[in-house]
Parts: sequence; C-alpha cells; structure tokens
Amino acid sequence: MITLAKALNAGLRKAMENDPKVVLLGEDIGRLGGVFRITDGLQKDFGEDRVVDTPLAESGIVGSAVGLALRGYRPVVEIQFDGFVYPAYDQIVNQVAKMHFRTSGKIAMPMVIRIPFAGGIGAVEHHSESPEAQFAHTPGLKVVACSNPIDAYWMIQQAIASPDPIVFLEPKRLYHSDKAELDLAVPPVPLFSSRVVRRGEDVTVLAYGPTVKTALNAAAVAEKEGTSLEVIDLRTLSPLDLAPVFASVRRTGRAVVVHEAHTNLGMGAEVAARITEECFHSLEAPVLRVGGFDTPYPPARAEEHFLPDLDRLLDAVDRSLTW
Amino acid sequence: MSEFVQLLTPEGERREHPDYDYRGGPDQIRSLYRDMALVRRFDAEATALQRHGELGLWAPLVGQEAAQVGAGRALRAQDHVFPTYREHGVAWCRGVDPLQVLSLFRGIDYGSWDPVEKGFNLYTLVIGAQALHAVGYAMGVQRDGAVGTGDPDRDTAVVAHFGDGATSQGDVNEAFVFAASYQAPVVFFCQNNQWAISEPLERQSRIPLYRRAEGFGFPGVQVDGNDILATYAVTQAALQRAREGGGPTLIEAYTYRMGAHTTTDDPTRYRLSDEVEHWKLKDPLARVEAYLRRNGFASDDFFAELGADADALGERLRAGVRQLAEPTPHQLFDRVYAEISDELAAQRDAYDAYLATFEGAAS
Repeated sequence: MITLAKALNAGLRKAMENDPKVVLLGEDIGRLGGVFRITDGLQKDFGEDRVVDTPLAESGIVGSAVGLALRGYRPVVEIQFDGFVYPAYDQIVNQVAKMHFRTSGKIAMPMVIRIPFAGGIGAVEHHSESPEAQFAHTPGLKVVACSNPIDAYWMIQQAIASPDPIVFLEPKRLYHSDKAELDLAVPPVPLFSSRVVRRGEDVTVLAYGPTVKTALNAAAVAEKEGTSLEVIDLRTLSPLDLAPVFASVRRTGRAVVVHEAHTNLGMGAEVAARITEECFHSLEAPVLRVGGFDTPYPPARAEEHFLPDLDRLLDAVDRSLTW
Repeated sequence: MSEFVQLLTPEGERREHPDYDYRGGPDQIRSLYRDMALVRRFDAEATALQRHGELGLWAPLVGQEAAQVGAGRALRAQDHVFPTYREHGVAWCRGVDPLQVLSLFRGIDYGSWDPVEKGFNLYTLVIGAQALHAVGYAMGVQRDGAVGTGDPDRDTAVVAHFGDGATSQGDVNEAFVFAASYQAPVVFFCQNNQWAISEPLERQSRIPLYRRAEGFGFPGVQVDGNDILATYAVTQAALQRAREGGGPTLIEAYTYRMGAHTTTDDPTRYRLSDEVEHWKLKDPLARVEAYLRRNGFASDDFFAELGADADALGERLRAGVRQLAEPTPHQLFDRVYAEISDELAAQRDAYDAYLATFEGAAS
C-alpha cells in the first residue's frame, strides 16, 4: 500500500533512473526532501546536480529550467505551494508555453512544473490556491491533475516523458491520507485521457484532483438515497478528453462539474459549454457547476464554507434531478 | 574592479590598459571593421524597409555596432548566446541570415533560424527573461562537463545580452543570484545605451551598472562600448574565465542608442539633439577607420570594396524581404506542441473546413 506522496516519489525515482537527463529543481527539495517530502531521498541517491536546491526565486527556477531544457535536459520543477507560482507566471506563459511555437517547431520544451494545489489543510494565506484555469487557458501548456496514488505514480512518469511542457497538479490534501495498492502489472491509461471511476445512471459528476474523492463519497451517499451517480475523473485539463464525458451525459442527460477553483471562468465553465455544444438534445437540465466561491481563498477556519463538499455537491445533484 | 576599459580612442589612437590587451593584428581589425560596416548597412536597410511598409517594426542598433560585433566575434563555435530583440550585430556574427531577422520584423514568424545550429537563441522581447535562460543553459553546460577541461573546442561559455533598462528587472537580478550561486559559465553583457525608450539611465540605477556585480559576488567591468578592440578583448577574457570554471562576469558596454528605440518611437520628445551630436563624435566605425588609414593598414580600395559589398547586401535584403513566403494557417496549429492534441487538431480541421467554404478556395 502506498500514499500519493510516496507514489510520486517512486515515480520521480523511476523517471530519473530511466533518463539521465531528468533534473529536479526547487526550493528545499534536496537535503530536506521537499516541504511535503515528495523528493525525499532523491538527492542522496542522484546527487546535487540532478536534485537541485535552488535560490528562493520562482521565476529564477522556471527561467533557468528553460535554459536547461534548451541544453537538452528534462527539468522537473517543484513549486513549493500553488500561491508561489505567480512570480514564475511570466516565464511559464510567455517563455515555456510559447517556445515550441515561436521557434517554428524547432525547439521542444520538455518540462514538468509540479504544483501542490488546492486547499483543505488548514494552511495560511497563499497555500491553498487552485490556479489550473489560468494555465489551461494558455496555449502551449498541457495541464493534468492526479487524484490517487496509482495515477500519481504513472502520470508523473508520463508527464516527464512528454516532449511538451506540463503543469502537473498534485492534490496536497491527499498526499499522506489515502493509500492504494500499486500493481505494476496493470498498465497505465494514457496521460491525456479522462476515466470513468464509478459507473452510474442518473447524473454524471465530473471532478479532478481533490474533488474526485469528494465525488466518490457523494456517490456512495447518493446510492443509499436511491440516486446513481456516474463519476468521471477528468485527469487532463488541457487538452480536455471529453469523449467519455459526452458518452456518459448522452446516457444520463445530466451533468454536474465540481472543482475547488473559483467558479467564475473556471474549468467547469468550459466543460459545461462543451457539453452543451455536443449533447444539447440529450440534456434534461443545464450543466451545473459546484466550485469555490468567487472570493479569495479564505482563512483556515472559514475554508469549510469555501470548499465544495459532499453536501454542496449533492445539493447540485438534487437541483439537476428536479430541474 | 577595473577602471573603464578603452583601447582605441574616438580619435583612433591606441591606448594601454593595465588589465586588458587587444592582441589581434591589422587583418583582424579590418575584418572587425568590415562586420561593423555591413551590420550598419543591414540596420539602415531594415529601417528603410520599415518606412516603405515592408516591415511592421524595426529596432535599430545604429551606434551599438562595436559592442555587438566585439561581443559576437569573441565567441567560439560551441558558445551559446541569448539575445534581446536588438542583437542584429551578434546575429550577424553567428551566421544568422539577416533575411531571417527581417522575417521576424515583417511578421512572418517569431524567428526562423535554428538556435542550436547557430548557437544563438531566438530574440526575447519580454525584457530580461532571457538572462535566466542563459544561466539555466550554463547550468546544463556544467552538467555536461563542458567547463574547465582545458579543451578549447569543448569548454563552453554562455552570453546573456540585455540593456540598461533590463537591469531593473527581477529576472535579471535572479539570474545574477543563480549564476553566482552555481558559478555558472555565463557572461552578462549589458549594453548600456543610456535610454530605456524614454527613461534615462538615472531612472534605473544610482550607481554605475557594472558595480552591481560586486553585490552579487562576481566581477563587473565597464568598457567603452563604442571601442570594438575593447569590447572584443573584454568579452574574450570574460568568456575564457567562464569556460575555465571561473564563474560569471558582468560587462557593462557603455554606448549610445543613436536611433529611436524602435521605428514607432520619437526620441525628440525626451532627449536633446546636443546629446546625440556629442555621441556622434564617439562613433564606433569612424575611430577604426581613422586608425586603419593613419597607420596604412587599409587602403582606399579596401573601403571602396567594402562599400560595394554593403551595396550588394542592401540589394539582396530589399529583394529578398519581398520574396519571403507568407505563413500558412496550418502553421498556427501545428507548431503549438511537439505532440498536437486531438482537441487542437480538431480545431485546425474545423478551420480548414470553414476556409473551404469560401468561393475559389483551394480544395
């Protein structure tokens, strides 16, 4: 049995063993093993040249990773907390994302930017953000989010092997909580694919990252009340893989999207628009969104009001069913 | 800290410096002059092409030829350069076809040369962002074991170009920190041309820019940016120091932007013509010509032939720029990713289908 944190550590180790060009960069990732211990022990085994403790400057980390990639390395950058990614925002959206395009396709940018994201850990300010829509809105980046240890193990390796830059979102609140059995004999699903994680008949619930667990818990409760929820883990936010979503919604006629990020112009808005375009005649109710409110992320003692929980999700399911 | 490095006065007289010496002979000086003259013509043609509507924009380098050609010619083949959008002279030295630079300013692409083949990255327009790329690249050089081996064909240095305005940017300061921390083989080449569009140097710094290096823990040197013997010698020394594992150097090439910031700028709104007239007396080409003529190192024939070569270059650029192929709609989509997503491919195909609905569209 393995936690999500340990699975990421094992996946990073595997990627570093497979490709000597993989270099990890970040604050406190070496001797300390990262503030969440995701890189625990890696510097000891791979050396300071491959697990690099950097000066405390996020733009510097991502900008120098661009240079390493240009020299033929595959940098894997750790942003310590989601809210600290913004000093690197220019390098990510102007440089990393556009390098392949602006070099007329001559230079690829195989970089992974790992971001522990979302809330629910009672943290201080700027430590619980969900910035995924900002990166999914940026052409040239790909954005994925893992939701469980098994996906984490495979997805981090697939992301590192990808020739394109990937923002890799890790639900920090699940790092050390749930465990899963990692069976290496079971091959992984492709990186840029969504996955049905629970079959159901009445309403399709779309989630990613930390809200997949929320959705599965909600489905278990709904079942007792006689409502059957189909839960799809989107996994990839850019590109979106919505074919399984469309197939599901054509059956159920109802969809609810749930994420922690602010609802306004969040991923749910895009997903709802696409479902409407593709499944208009199958819909029994408008696609509903359950998300963080359009407020800054609140102080820890108020985050329960901000975070979409089981009850708010089931409330949306009820509204969809009674539309 | 070295004192101001000048090895050739504006009058064309050689000068001694305690730390730096230009060791090239008349052949090389003629060759450096030739590059400066051709780059100046390239720049003048580009400005004219913009005025004729053939380019969307041009960022003139006139006045900065000695800084750029000196820095460019000091490089070895394996070195790697990260330019701003004004390094046309360095591009020239790296063998980038000027038509590829014009292609960018014509709006056809964002740079079509191969950065790996030329050892010359694409232009970067976000001020200072490339300084970090240079440091990261230099960190890669270190990991490749291409520093301090003593093999002149293997040891590699990296150059980050930027201007006086960029020294205020966070990225440039972070690049200084990273380079110092890892002792990366990088040379920071700052062309202080006195103006960041309309803002004078005094808005960026209260001390000479080269002195900033000391606070970061590596040497800084101020060089007469209009003296190509000095820029060449100082850059060569800093590159060699980097290749040997000595770490970063900041070079402040003290020069002047004789022209506008770009062709959309009007410098008469913020600076006096007296200042421009003053800098005309320090012209980077005139002093070399005076030196070559006075010492009998170049004849009238040399300058006449060079003039004819410059005319031929101008003709090639004027004809060539009009023949550059226009971009295609497919390039929009196909260059975004190394592996295009199904989602983007579908968007491309839908746009194809839309275009096909127009009368006379190619099938």
